[in-house]
Amino acid sequence: MIPTTHFLFVSVVLFCVGLAGFVARRNLFIIFMSIELMLNAANLSFVALSRHLGNLDGQVFAFLVIALAAAEAAVGLAIVILIFKNANEAQQRDALSIDQYSSLGH
Amino acid sequence: MKEHLLVSLIPALPLVGALLLGIMTLLRANQPRGVSNGLVSFVALCGPVLAFAAALKLFLGLDAHPSGYIHEPFTWFAVGNLDVPMSFYFDRLSGVMALIVTFIGSLIHLYSIGYMGHERGFNRFFVYLNLFLSAMLVLVLAKSLPVLFLGWEGVGACSFLLVGYYFGDTEKAQAANKAFIVNRVGDWGFILGLLVLFGFMGSHGVWTLDMLTLKSHAALLTPAVATTVALLLFVGASAKSAQIPLHVWLADAMAGPTPVSALIHAATMVTAGIYLLVRLSFVMDAAPAAGYTVATIGVLTAFVAATIAVTQTNIKKVLAYSTVSQLGFMFAAVGAGAYAVGIFHLMTHAFFKALLFLGAGAVIHAMHHEEDMSRFGGLRSRLPFTAAVMLVGCLAIAGIPPLSGFFSKDAILYVQWERGWHVHYVALLLTSGLTAFYMFRMYFLTFAGEARDEELDRHAHEGPAVMNLPLLVLAVGSVVAGLVGLPAAMGGSSLAAWLEPVCGAPVDHLAGLTGDALKQATFIAHSHEYLFMAFAIIASGAAIIAAYYRYVLMGKTPFDVPRNLILAVFARKWGFDDLYQLLFVRGSIQLIGWGLDRVCDRFFIDGVVNGLPSLYTRMAGAARVLQTGAARLYAYVMVLGATLLFYFLLARFGV
Repeated sequence: MIPTTHFLFVSVVLFCVGLAGFVARRNLFIIFMSIELMLNAANLSFVALSRHLGNLDGQVFAFLVIALAAAEAAVGLAIVILIFKNANEAQQRDALSIDQYSSLGH
Repeated sequence: MKEHLLVSLIPALPLVGALLLGIMTLLRANQPRGVSNGLVSFVALCGPVLAFAAALKLFLGLDAHPSGYIHEPFTWFAVGNLDVPMSFYFDRLSGVMALIVTFIGSLIHLYSIGYMGHERGFNRFFVYLNLFLSAMLVLVLAKSLPVLFLGWEGVGACSFLLVGYYFGDTEKAQAANKAFIVNRVGDWGFILGLLVLFGFMGSHGVWTLDMLTLKSHAALLTPAVATTVALLLFVGASAKSAQIPLHVWLADAMAGPTPVSALIHAATMVTAGIYLLVRLSFVMDAAPAAGYTVATIGVLTAFVAATIAVTQTNIKKVLAYSTVSQLGFMFAAVGAGAYAVGIFHLMTHAFFKALLFLGAGAVIHAMHHEEDMSRFGGLRSRLPFTAAVMLVGCLAIAGIPPLSGFFSKDAILYVQWERGWHVHYVALLLTSGLTAFYMFRMYFLTFAGEARDEELDRHAHEGPAVMNLPLLVLAVGSVVAGLVGLPAAMGGSSLAAWLEPVCGAPVDHLAGLTGDALKQATFIAHSHEYLFMAFAIIASGAAIIAAYYRYVLMGKTPFDVPRNLILAVFARKWGFDDLYQLLFVRGSIQLIGWGLDRVCDRFFIDGVVNGLPSLYTRMAGAARVLQTGAARLYAYVMVLGATLLFYFLLARFGV
């Protein structure tokens, strides 16, 4: 049996990587990816603890999170596509950079 | 008893008169003709005249009633151990004072009917004058110290109202303020003295402020306490009676109408200080050191005021400083323990000073309210009657026998020498000479020589009979009033003998001697008296001759003033006004104003009112840095915050 702490440790590492990517990268797609990574890290943690506690609640919640992540990715990516399509030639190069989306000044 | 009722009636009558006049004026205030001057004059005159009649009746009954008349109509207040009824007491001393006040008050009321006839505030004047008379009578007839103080404050307030009669003129209004404020300083001394006396007597079980009761327990007073009380009361007296250093208000108070100056600042209010000390003579008797201080300040004031009077060109100011000087004489007598002599001079002074002021008023009235002597001259031909009565007044104040001033002044000088205060004697002798000099300077500059202002001189004419009658009566009084106070060599002072039960006997240097020793001592004493009389006459006579020489023969005018340092000091009034301006006006009020503005206003209040918003602005500026709008920064901050929260929770609640 693999001890539960190993799973939790991996989960933490995954989460931190996701967090780092979220904060440090400029490309929208990479940021989305990092969000997915964080969500998956949480999922892993849920399932591992569910097995540890012998309770199926964690696995059910993991289902919920997967569905949620999918929905959120769909909506987010749809928005990005629309932005990209509505941007003109000059803007398209930077359309995927998060720095474009500051509210105060460009 | 009916007589006892009269005692309270004396101060009540002028008060009723004042109220009546006030009500009459208010009721008719909005009608074009208001109340007629004649009606006002009549009602106003009733108060003093009826009060005089009552006082006279009681006075004539005093021989049958040697212990005086007491009346206590109601209780004023009763607190703890202290019970203060509104009590009045008509005895020999207060009787004399009441007669002087009501008699001269009536004459001045009569005079004012003529003098103030053209004034808009005619009614107001008589309301205040009657009110003043009432307050003065309360003061004089008071049996208990709080009642006396009530009158004391009352005359101060009425003096303010009357001096500030022409309140539209800023300078005159300020003069009224000055009079009242300086008086207030005296009131502080008065109250402190009252409290010390009350506390001390109370500690011996005598809880009262009734003057007769206090007097009967006078033996309880120790010299230390008596000296303290006497000096504190003297502070009060010296403010009321304009002694150094609280004399500065009297000259400025000449801003009021001339009848006011005559009544208040010659005959009545300023004598309240003397009366206070004589009434409480039992305190003064227990405190010889205080007596010396009082007399010394009196002599000093007399001299200084006389020197200032020599330089004045305003006719009323000469008389004002003359009053200050003569009051100094009275304090010299009181300080020496010769209370009856002080009252004697008070009486003669009331006559001739009121005469002089009213005469000056006649001159001012004739010269269309011009008071500067440099515009007078040669008025004897235009105003013969006024000139004649003023001559009587000047002779009286200069101390020429047989007019009254001679006897009273001589008595004061004699008492100084008797007490061994030779310096006082010499100083007062010099002052008498100066008095004669400046009074006759005033007389000659006004009435002798050539007219210096043709326009004014042309229109000068004598006043109406209502003004001249009081002048005549006062002139007669100035001549004969001295007969009640003859020196011992000429029969003895009947006034002093008559006042003896109240004021105490003067020190008798001839006591204990008999036979030949007595005859010899009497001879020496009498020859001393004649010698002093001679000195006084020589001094005054020489001064009058000097004034005649300078102002008539040499024809000097107020413009011919020699320029030397001494006269400059005199003309500057010895710098008292300047000193007070520096110390109190600039030194305290303006200094405090500056301090309040700089420190309190600018530093504190503006600091808070400006500084607090400035602080908020700066804090906001610092916080604004976070609002970049950059999404990445927000994301980073969110992560940071979450991490900190996580660590915090970990630390707090454990793993």
